[in-house]
Amino acid sequence: MARIESSETPSKIVLQQADITRALTRISHEILESNRGTDNLMILGIPTRGVPLAQRIGEIITMIEPDAPAQLVGSLDVTMYRDDLGRNPTRPPSPTHVPRSIDGATVVLVDDVLYSGRTIRAALDALSDLGRPHIVRLAVLVDRGHRQLPIRADFVGKNLPSAARERVNVHLAEIDGDEYVSIESPQTGGAA
Amino acid sequence: MRHLLSTKDLGRDEAIGLLDVAEDMADVATREIKKLPTLRGKTVVNLFFEDSTRTRISFEAAAKRLSADVITFSAKGSSVSKGESLKDTAQTLQAMGADAVVIRHGASGAPRTLAASGWIDAGILNAGDGTHEHPTQALLDAYTIRKRLHGRASRGRDLDGVSVTIVGDILHSRVARSNVWLLDTLGASVTLIAPPTLLPVALDGWPATIGFDLDAALRQQPDVVMMLRIQAERMHAAFFPNSREYSRRWGLDDVRMSMLSPDSIVMHPGPMNRGLEISAAAADSQQSTVREQVANGVSVRMAALYLLLSGERPSVEPAPSDTAWQAQDEMEGR
Repeated sequence: MARIESSETPSKIVLQQADITRALTRISHEILESNRGTDNLMILGIPTRGVPLAQRIGEIITMIEPDAPAQLVGSLDVTMYRDDLGRNPTRPPSPTHVPRSIDGATVVLVDDVLYSGRTIRAALDALSDLGRPHIVRLAVLVDRGHRQLPIRADFVGKNLPSAARERVNVHLAEIDGDEYVSIESPQTGGAA
Repeated sequence: MRHLLSTKDLGRDEAIGLLDVAEDMADVATREIKKLPTLRGKTVVNLFFEDSTRTRISFEAAAKRLSADVITFSAKGSSVSKGESLKDTAQTLQAMGADAVVIRHGASGAPRTLAASGWIDAGILNAGDGTHEHPTQALLDAYTIRKRLHGRASRGRDLDGVSVTIVGDILHSRVARSNVWLLDTLGASVTLIAPPTLLPVALDGWPATIGFDLDAALRQQPDVVMMLRIQAERMHAAFFPNSREYSRRWGLDDVRMSMLSPDSIVMHPGPMNRGLEISAAAADSQQSTVREQVANGVSVRMAALYLLLSGERPSVEPAPSDTAWQAQDEMEGR
């Protein structure tokens, strides 16, 4: 494993670009398998990094099943539904783009890291204001544990046991230029 | 953002950021459920010492779409008519737990007095103070211009190179003042056209070109013509001989309308005096944005309320240092 040593925080890379691609390919197959094809399927990414992940999953699905609907991928902003708006600095919302009506659809939510589960709770609330999907599933690149709500992912790229004090960084080419998943511990924790 | 008192206080990035948030808020109006839970449990007080229809209703609709509780207070029929001072009214609202106060007042500077007084903790939103400022009107005007020019690609854009001509009673217009500062901040070039009697005495430092001849200004083919209302309630002196003469020289009539390029837009903050500053044909033409301005007003006010009322409040305890990582994760939305 490569290792990035910064002055204060030792950081360990746990997924390289190729690993991320392989994980997304597997997740795409799993989505198709559980949905038995692309009928009623819609992939919604949660900003910021869920959106490019959803786009990639959509591309892989279209490669596997050329009959997949053109209006497959969208984005779902959850900012206005968060339960911590009064506790953090104001965050600007991102656009929500839902390609078609979600009524009766099988919606797969996509996010980069599943942690407390609060983002997903907000996403479920946001979805219910847009319509009534038939099924909602959750795909994440990394599940790092420490759930605070009864929420679990249906499709996981990598389970990454972590301490609450550690920090998981996801970098994606579309947003950050480079691409990796790393885990970082604060200085007091010493080298991992 | 702690308060929204004047467009002069807004930086370029801050203003563009607010307009971008308004874009997201506008999407809500197209949904089946036109409501967001964002400001649940927050109380917004509409404190209106002056008459208003659209601004008050617009703020009320904006607050309700964000699930805030709205209390509307008009000076008529309240204790203000019994002689209660602004300070006592503010302290009453503080005791009731108001989170934001939307204030319209006949005295210029009343919102700033309220914000700086320490009488009340709530965020203060200026909804028009005397002849000073009306920031949300300027923001919705800028939003409307940006939307007409760039359509769905508006996000993140400024108004660089856009020429805006504001016509009419500049002297009494808080809309004009707020627009001059905001449009300049966003990169537009502003021309003010008015009868000499309806211009402020000191225009030094205003980032605008001044003129008196509307026809000459229209020959320059401005992108935007903004007509201001002749405010009968403030016409206490003989600013012009009679309304027919005003209409001839400074009204946007059908002949002047035909001088404009088909791509230019005609704005009016409302309420309109049809036949005085704007002809019915101009007001109802394709180029007129009067009704869009009203619709956009709700989105822009939702954005302002969101930016004012979300985010850290001073009363929330700061995160201990060993959970700072977690706080950062939460900030990034995990």
